[in-house]
Amino acid sequence: MRNIWIIFRKELRSYFASPVAYLLLTMFAVVFGFFFWNALGYFVFVGMESQLRGQSFPMNINEQIIRPLLSNISIIGLFLIPLISMRLFAEEKRTGTIELLATSPIRDSEVIIGKWLAAVGLYSFMLLFSALNFVFLFIYGKPDWKPFALGYLGLLLQAGGLLAVGTLISTMTKNQIIAGAATFAVCLMLWVLDWVTGYETATWARVLAYMSVITHFESFAKGVFNTKDAIFYASLIFLGLFLTTRSMESLRWRS
Amino acid sequence: MISVKDLTKKYARSTAVDHISFEVQKGEVVGFLGPNGAGKTTTMRILTCFLPPTEGTATVAGFDVLEQPLEVKKRIGYLPETPPIYPEMDTTEYLTFVGRLKGLSGSELRRRIDDVCERCSIGDVKKKLLGKLSKGYRQRVGLAQAIIHNPEVLILDEPTAGLDPKQINETRDLIRSLAGDHTIILSTHILPEVEQTCEKVIIINRGRLMATDSVENLQSRARGAESVLVEVASRNGALDSQAVVQRLQQIAGVSRVLSKEGRETRAIFEIESLKNKSVRGDVARAVVEGGWDLNELRSAAASLEEIFLQLTQEQKEIQEEPAEVPA
Repeated sequence: MRNIWIIFRKELRSYFASPVAYLLLTMFAVVFGFFFWNALGYFVFVGMESQLRGQSFPMNINEQIIRPLLSNISIIGLFLIPLISMRLFAEEKRTGTIELLATSPIRDSEVIIGKWLAAVGLYSFMLLFSALNFVFLFIYGKPDWKPFALGYLGLLLQAGGLLAVGTLISTMTKNQIIAGAATFAVCLMLWVLDWVTGYETATWARVLAYMSVITHFESFAKGVFNTKDAIFYASLIFLGLFLTTRSMESLRWRS
Repeated sequence: MISVKDLTKKYARSTAVDHISFEVQKGEVVGFLGPNGAGKTTTMRILTCFLPPTEGTATVAGFDVLEQPLEVKKRIGYLPETPPIYPEMDTTEYLTFVGRLKGLSGSELRRRIDDVCERCSIGDVKKKLLGKLSKGYRQRVGLAQAIIHNPEVLILDEPTAGLDPKQINETRDLIRSLAGDHTIILSTHILPEVEQTCEKVIIINRGRLMATDSVENLQSRARGAESVLVEVASRNGALDSQAVVQRLQQIAGVSRVLSKEGRETRAIFEIESLKNKSVRGDVARAVVEGGWDLNELRSAAASLEEIFLQLTQEQKEIQEEPAEVPA
């Protein structure tokens, strides 16, 4: 535990000692800010329209603002996650500091979990920026907080899974760009896999769709805690991190 | 302290280390000598549990590198070829991180950091970013990192690479001061470094062990005989070097006398004697009794450089022999 904490702290400091963290946070804050402003603007426009026409449409902040915005975050996340995870091992391999970690009295698994937690930590920081926007909804409206909290839990789980995959890919190369690009490709594939269900209902199509990270997020966005979806993300995290330990081990035997 | 038996490391296409065996006793400073690509780094990486061996065993302080790597790692301080530093950290931050990794904490950690900063003379860059340090400072921060937890065994891969002559001397002094409490293996391809810092030498070439012995033994072994250089001067007028040679050859135990450098009034002679036969006293007496002045008398030890070339050369010849046999 102590070792994981040491690695976690060091990684998080590295993010904030370089421009990486600030760049990612700024990018996210700007992009999400625009999404939020847009969603709110549309909501207000529909509300005014319904008043002008004298008809009352059912208006719901949770359904019309929070739910689509949470889905938006999960997609912005797909683009930013490779940027978070790509340096984790690739950089240590390039500068040779991996030799320090590998010859210190600390297990590979502790290094991996520490690094992964730091990546999840940075992502949570980003989520905090999006939550700042939502604060206004709670000040001026009365949204239900439960689907909101569950949505964030889902976002964290989803990012945890993808970051585990990114960590795995980062152990495979010395080059951060390659690690980032490959992670991005995998994230993108995991996003669009469910498209096949649009025209195909065979078993293979359902299996493919099941592997899509986005389909499992829908229940969280709706504010429903679906154990099956939570288990999917948990297994993705476990599989990713487990394969990372194997990859680290194979590095030693091969190099 | 360190015991290596039949250690072999094969890569996909080449064998980096080929059945190497050696022992290092507690408190010894051992120089690991070999040309570039001889397998020094690979051997060190196996000892530090960074790479697993293909065959053979290596134990450090009684723990096998494959079976109990964590126990081995606790007892080892390692400076890789390129110092493993994080450019975005400052020196104190970095040493704190490494110290914690090695299991130190609290006031003990702070005390150790002050101690290693002083020993490696990096106290003046404590608050500087490592990425902005010069090569010499980085190397010394790397050394500080290796000794932060006061390990029993120190493994240093070319510790003086990239340092200026003054820093090289300081680093050698530091290594010598660490000897005794610590068992040290250092690799180098700079021969005088071994002569100055190490008690024992392990010479490897192309993954094979060429020799392992103390520095003195190696030197005497290379010659098979002791040789003495003597400078003789005449008291008045020109020196009759022929007479000197004749006089010196009469000494018991002297096998050969060579006139090396002759000037008008003085000359240097090289005297080879049989092994284990000290002739220096007799030489001095003979010169004085012969009516000449004895300017200088010293033993001409073979430099490690020659031994090294001899040993690596021999192997080449052995290897090339089969090629000459027509098929």
